[in-house]
Amino acid sequence: MVVDRLTDEEVDLLFHALADTTRRDILHRCTRSEPSVSQLADLYPISFAAVQKHVAVLERAGLVSKERHGRERLVRTDGNAVARARQVLDELETVWRGRVGRMADLLGQAPPQEAKSSSSGQC
Amino acid sequence: MAVISVEKDFDTLSLTLVAEFDAPIERVWQLWADPRQLERWWGPPTHPSTFEKHDLAVGGYVTYFMTDPAGEMSHGWWQVTSVDPPRSLEFTDGFANQDGAPNPEAPITKVRMRLNDHEGGTRMDLRFVFSSPEHMALLERWGAFEVFPKSVGQMDALLDTS
Repeated sequence: MVVDRLTDEEVDLLFHALADTTRRDILHRCTRSEPSVSQLADLYPISFAAVQKHVAVLERAGLVSKERHGRERLVRTDGNAVARARQVLDELETVWRGRVGRMADLLGQAPPQEAKSSSSGQC
Repeated sequence: MAVISVEKDFDTLSLTLVAEFDAPIERVWQLWADPRQLERWWGPPTHPSTFEKHDLAVGGYVTYFMTDPAGEMSHGWWQVTSVDPPRSLEFTDGFANQDGAPNPEAPITKVRMRLNDHEGGTRMDLRFVFSSPEHMALLERWGAFEVFPKSVGQMDALLDTS
Protein backbone atom coordinates (compact mmCIF):
# COMPACT_ATOMS: atom_id res chain seq x y z
CA MET A 1 0.00 0.00 0.00
CA VAL A 2 1.38 3.36 -1.00
CA VAL A 3 0.90 6.60 0.87
CA ASP A 4 -1.24 8.94 -1.18
CA ARG A 5 0.72 11.57 -3.03
CA LEU A 6 -0.18 15.05 -1.91
CA THR A 7 -0.50 17.96 -4.30
CA ASP A 8 1.67 21.06 -3.73
CA GLU A 9 -1.37 22.90 -2.46
CA GLU A 10 -2.16 20.13 0.04
CA VAL A 11 1.42 20.16 1.26
CA ASP A 12 1.23 23.92 1.77
CA LEU A 13 -1.95 23.52 3.81
CA LEU A 14 -0.35 20.75 5.84
CA PHE A 15 2.78 22.75 6.59
CA HIS A 16 0.72 25.74 7.51
CA ALA A 17 -1.52 23.65 9.76
CA LEU A 18 1.39 21.97 11.50
CA ALA A 19 3.57 25.02 11.89
CA ASP A 20 1.71 26.13 14.99
CA THR A 21 2.23 24.61 18.45
CA THR A 22 -1.39 24.90 19.51
CA ARG A 23 -2.60 23.23 16.35
CA ARG A 24 -0.12 20.40 16.75
CA ASP A 25 -1.34 19.95 20.29
CA ILE A 26 -4.98 19.95 19.21
CA LEU A 27 -4.19 17.39 16.53
CA HIS A 28 -2.42 15.18 19.02
CA ARG A 29 -5.36 15.28 21.42
CA CYS A 30 -7.74 14.40 18.63
CA THR A 31 -5.82 11.22 17.84
CA ARG A 32 -6.61 10.01 21.36
CA SER A 33 -10.20 11.12 21.79
CA GLU A 34 -12.83 13.19 20.10
CA PRO A 35 -13.02 16.40 22.08
CA SER A 36 -15.63 19.05 21.38
CA VAL A 37 -14.52 22.51 20.31
CA SER A 38 -15.57 23.88 23.70
CA GLN A 39 -13.58 21.21 25.54
CA LEU A 40 -10.55 22.20 23.48
CA ALA A 41 -11.20 25.87 24.21
CA ASP A 42 -11.01 25.13 27.96
CA LEU A 43 -7.52 23.73 27.52
CA TYR A 44 -5.84 26.78 26.06
CA PRO A 45 -5.47 30.36 27.28
CA ILE A 46 -7.05 31.64 24.08
CA SER A 47 -10.59 32.49 23.07
CA PHE A 48 -13.18 30.04 21.83
CA ALA A 49 -13.10 31.81 18.48
CA ALA A 50 -9.32 31.39 18.25
CA VAL A 51 -9.63 27.66 18.91
CA GLN A 52 -12.34 27.47 16.29
CA LYS A 53 -9.97 29.13 13.83
CA HIS A 54 -7.22 26.62 14.62
CA VAL A 55 -9.62 23.74 14.11
CA ALA A 56 -10.70 25.25 10.78
CA VAL A 57 -7.06 25.36 9.63
CA LEU A 58 -6.59 21.70 10.58
CA GLU A 59 -9.82 20.89 8.81
CA ARG A 60 -8.73 22.60 5.58
CA ALA A 61 -5.54 20.57 5.66
CA GLY A 62 -7.63 17.40 5.87
CA LEU A 63 -6.24 16.48 9.27
CA VAL A 64 -9.47 16.62 11.23
CA SER A 65 -13.16 16.78 10.59
CA LYS A 66 -15.97 18.16 12.69
CA GLU A 67 -19.08 16.27 13.46
CA ARG A 68 -22.24 17.56 15.05
CA HIS A 69 -23.16 15.57 18.12
CA GLY A 70 -26.19 17.00 19.86
CA ARG A 71 -25.29 20.57 20.79
CA GLU A 72 -21.60 19.95 20.47
CA ARG A 73 -19.24 19.78 17.57
CA LEU A 74 -16.74 16.99 18.01
CA VAL A 75 -13.34 17.19 16.39
CA ARG A 76 -11.88 13.98 15.12
CA THR A 77 -8.82 12.97 13.16
CA ASP A 78 -8.87 10.93 9.98
CA GLY A 79 -11.91 8.90 10.94
CA ASN A 80 -11.06 5.68 9.19
CA ALA A 81 -7.55 5.35 10.45
CA VAL A 82 -8.34 6.04 14.07
CA ALA A 83 -11.53 4.00 14.07
CA ARG A 84 -9.64 1.06 12.62
CA ALA A 85 -6.92 1.39 15.24
CA ARG A 86 -9.58 1.27 17.95
CA GLN A 87 -11.26 -1.73 16.39
CA VAL A 88 -8.02 -3.66 16.02
CA LEU A 89 -7.03 -3.11 19.65
CA ASP A 90 -10.53 -3.81 20.93
CA GLU A 91 -10.51 -7.14 19.09
CA LEU A 92 -7.07 -7.96 20.43
CA GLU A 93 -8.27 -7.21 23.95
CA THR A 94 -11.35 -9.41 23.60
CA VAL A 95 -9.32 -12.31 22.21
CA TRP A 96 -6.72 -12.13 24.97
CA ARG A 97 -9.20 -11.65 27.81
CA GLY A 98 -10.72 -14.92 26.61
CA ARG A 99 -7.33 -16.61 26.46
CA VAL A 100 -6.25 -15.43 29.89
CA GLY A 101 -9.57 -16.59 31.31
CA ARG A 102 -9.03 -20.06 29.86
CA MET A 103 -5.45 -20.11 31.15
CA ALA A 104 -6.74 -19.36 34.64
CA ASP A 105 -9.30 -22.17 34.31
CA LEU A 106 -6.61 -24.63 33.26
CA LEU A 107 -4.37 -23.59 36.15
CA GLY A 108 -7.26 -24.30 38.49
CA GLN A 109 -7.24 -27.91 37.36
CA ALA A 110 -4.68 -30.58 38.25
CA PRO A 111 -1.67 -30.45 35.94
CA PRO A 112 -1.83 -33.11 33.25
CA GLN A 113 0.15 -36.17 34.32
CA GLU A 114 1.12 -37.31 30.87
CA ALA A 115 2.74 -33.99 29.91
CA LYS A 116 5.84 -34.94 28.02
CA SER A 117 9.04 -33.34 29.21
CA SER A 118 9.26 -30.12 27.25
CA SER A 119 11.78 -27.35 27.07
CA SER A 120 11.66 -26.20 30.70
CA GLY A 121 12.39 -29.65 32.02
CA GLN A 122 9.47 -29.68 34.41
CA CYS A 123 7.69 -32.98 35.27
CA MET B 1 -10.11 -12.32 38.20
CA ALA B 2 -7.02 -13.07 36.16
CA VAL B 3 -6.75 -9.90 34.07
CA ILE B 4 -5.48 -7.04 36.22
CA SER B 5 -5.13 -4.30 33.64
CA VAL B 6 -5.31 -3.56 29.95
CA GLU B 7 -3.80 -0.47 28.38
CA LYS B 8 -4.11 0.52 24.77
CA ASP B 9 -2.08 3.01 22.82
CA PHE B 10 -3.78 4.00 19.59
CA ASP B 11 -0.76 5.91 18.30
CA THR B 12 1.49 2.87 18.26
CA LEU B 13 -1.27 0.26 17.97
CA SER B 14 -0.02 -1.48 21.05
CA LEU B 15 -1.72 -3.13 23.96
CA THR B 16 -0.35 -4.11 27.35
CA LEU B 17 -2.14 -6.68 29.44
CA VAL B 18 -1.26 -7.74 32.97
CA ALA B 19 -2.68 -10.91 34.49
CA GLU B 20 -2.12 -12.71 37.76
CA PHE B 21 -2.44 -16.41 38.35
CA ASP B 22 -2.53 -18.42 41.51
CA ALA B 23 0.12 -20.86 40.27
CA PRO B 24 3.91 -21.03 40.19
CA ILE B 25 5.84 -19.67 37.21
CA GLU B 26 6.84 -23.13 35.96
CA ARG B 27 3.21 -24.18 35.80
CA VAL B 28 2.18 -21.06 33.85
CA TRP B 29 5.14 -21.53 31.52
CA GLN B 30 3.88 -25.04 30.74
CA LEU B 31 0.71 -23.50 29.30
CA TRP B 32 2.93 -21.98 26.62
CA ALA B 33 5.59 -24.63 26.34
CA ASP B 34 3.41 -27.73 26.09
CA PRO B 35 1.46 -27.66 22.80
CA ARG B 36 -1.23 -29.96 24.25
CA GLN B 37 -1.89 -27.42 27.03
CA LEU B 38 -1.51 -24.46 24.68
CA GLU B 39 -4.26 -25.71 22.42
CA ARG B 40 -6.65 -25.87 25.37
CA TRP B 41 -6.57 -22.09 25.80
CA TRP B 42 -5.45 -20.53 22.50
CA GLY B 43 -8.76 -20.90 20.67
CA PRO B 44 -12.21 -20.34 22.19
CA PRO B 45 -14.29 -23.50 22.72
CA THR B 46 -16.15 -22.71 19.48
CA HIS B 47 -12.85 -22.57 17.54
CA PRO B 48 -10.62 -25.35 18.85
CA SER B 49 -6.98 -24.96 17.91
CA THR B 50 -4.50 -27.62 16.90
CA PHE B 51 -0.80 -26.96 17.12
CA GLU B 52 1.39 -28.75 14.61
CA LYS B 53 4.92 -27.40 14.79
CA HIS B 54 6.00 -26.15 18.20
CA ASP B 55 9.65 -25.17 18.29
CA LEU B 56 10.28 -22.69 21.10
CA ALA B 57 13.83 -21.85 20.06
CA VAL B 58 15.01 -18.54 18.65
CA GLY B 59 14.04 -18.53 14.97
CA GLY B 60 11.80 -21.56 15.50
CA TYR B 61 8.24 -21.77 14.24
CA VAL B 62 5.01 -22.63 15.95
CA THR B 63 2.18 -23.39 13.55
CA TYR B 64 -1.47 -24.02 14.30
CA PHE B 65 -4.91 -24.00 12.82
CA MET B 66 -8.26 -23.16 14.32
CA THR B 67 -11.43 -24.86 13.18
CA ASP B 68 -14.66 -22.87 13.18
CA PRO B 69 -18.11 -24.38 13.81
CA ALA B 70 -18.60 -24.82 10.05
CA GLY B 71 -15.39 -26.87 9.83
CA GLU B 72 -13.52 -24.04 8.11
CA MET B 73 -9.87 -23.90 9.13
CA SER B 74 -7.78 -20.78 9.61
CA HIS B 75 -4.03 -21.12 9.90
CA GLY B 76 -1.59 -19.12 11.95
CA TRP B 77 2.06 -19.08 12.87
CA TRP B 78 4.49 -17.68 15.38
CA GLN B 79 8.16 -17.15 14.87
CA VAL B 80 10.10 -17.09 18.11
CA THR B 81 12.41 -14.10 18.46
CA SER B 82 13.54 -14.60 22.05
CA VAL B 83 13.03 -17.27 24.68
CA ASP B 84 14.18 -17.69 28.27
CA PRO B 85 12.31 -20.55 29.98
CA PRO B 86 10.39 -20.27 32.23
CA ARG B 87 10.34 -16.46 32.33
CA SER B 88 9.99 -14.93 28.92
CA LEU B 89 8.96 -15.54 25.37
CA GLU B 90 8.84 -13.17 22.43
CA PHE B 91 7.41 -13.98 19.06
CA THR B 92 5.79 -12.62 15.95
CA ASP B 93 2.24 -13.87 15.45
CA GLY B 94 0.75 -13.89 11.98
CA PHE B 95 -1.79 -15.46 9.68
CA ALA B 96 -1.06 -18.14 7.14
CA ASN B 97 -2.58 -19.31 3.89
CA GLN B 98 -4.46 -22.60 3.66
CA ASP B 99 -1.17 -24.41 3.01
CA GLY B 100 0.23 -23.05 6.27
CA ALA B 101 2.72 -20.68 4.62
CA PRO B 102 2.87 -17.21 6.23
CA ASN B 103 0.67 -14.67 4.47
CA PRO B 104 2.77 -11.54 3.99
CA GLU B 105 -0.28 -9.39 3.20
CA ALA B 106 -1.93 -10.06 6.54
CA PRO B 107 -1.30 -8.06 9.69
CA ILE B 108 1.24 -9.32 12.21
CA THR B 109 1.49 -8.81 15.94
CA LYS B 110 4.69 -8.75 17.92
CA VAL B 111 4.13 -10.37 21.28
CA ARG B 112 6.28 -10.12 24.40
CA MET B 113 5.41 -12.35 27.33
CA ARG B 114 7.06 -12.14 30.74
CA LEU B 115 6.42 -14.15 33.87
CA ASN B 116 7.39 -12.96 37.34
CA ASP B 117 6.83 -14.20 40.87
CA HIS B 118 4.10 -12.21 42.50
CA GLU B 119 2.76 -12.73 46.00
CA GLY B 120 3.06 -16.48 45.89
CA GLY B 121 1.63 -16.68 42.39
CA THR B 122 2.66 -15.50 38.96
CA ARG B 123 2.25 -12.21 37.22
CA MET B 124 2.12 -12.37 33.42
CA ASP B 125 2.91 -9.24 31.42
CA LEU B 126 1.92 -9.34 27.79
CA ARG B 127 2.71 -6.62 25.32
CA PHE B 128 1.38 -6.61 21.77
CA VAL B 129 2.38 -4.36 18.95
CA PHE B 130 0.11 -4.70 15.97
CA SER B 131 1.04 -3.81 12.42
CA SER B 132 -0.50 -4.18 9.00
CA PRO B 133 0.63 -2.87 5.62
CA GLU B 134 -2.16 -0.31 5.93
CA HIS B 135 -1.03 0.69 9.37
CA MET B 136 2.59 1.02 8.26
CA ALA B 137 1.45 3.47 5.59
CA LEU B 138 -0.45 5.35 8.24
CA LEU B 139 2.51 5.42 10.60
CA GLU B 140 4.59 6.80 7.80
CA ARG B 141 2.14 9.63 7.43
CA TRP B 142 2.01 10.32 11.13
CA GLY B 143 5.76 9.93 11.34
CA ALA B 144 6.07 12.59 8.68
CA PHE B 145 3.81 14.83 10.72
CA GLU B 146 6.04 14.41 13.75
CA VAL B 147 9.12 15.27 11.74
CA PHE B 148 7.59 18.20 9.86
CA PRO B 149 7.29 20.54 12.82
CA LYS B 150 10.96 20.06 13.75
CA SER B 151 12.27 20.53 10.27
CA VAL B 152 10.07 23.48 9.53
CA GLY B 153 10.32 25.13 12.93
CA GLN B 154 12.53 27.82 11.52
CA MET B 155 10.00 28.46 8.78
CA ASP B 156 7.35 29.50 11.28
CA ALA B 157 8.12 33.15 10.74
CA LEU B 158 7.59 32.78 7.04
CA LEU B 159 4.22 31.22 7.42
CA ASP B 160 1.06 33.10 7.98
CA THR B 161 -0.06 31.64 11.30
CA SER B 162 -3.15 33.78 11.68
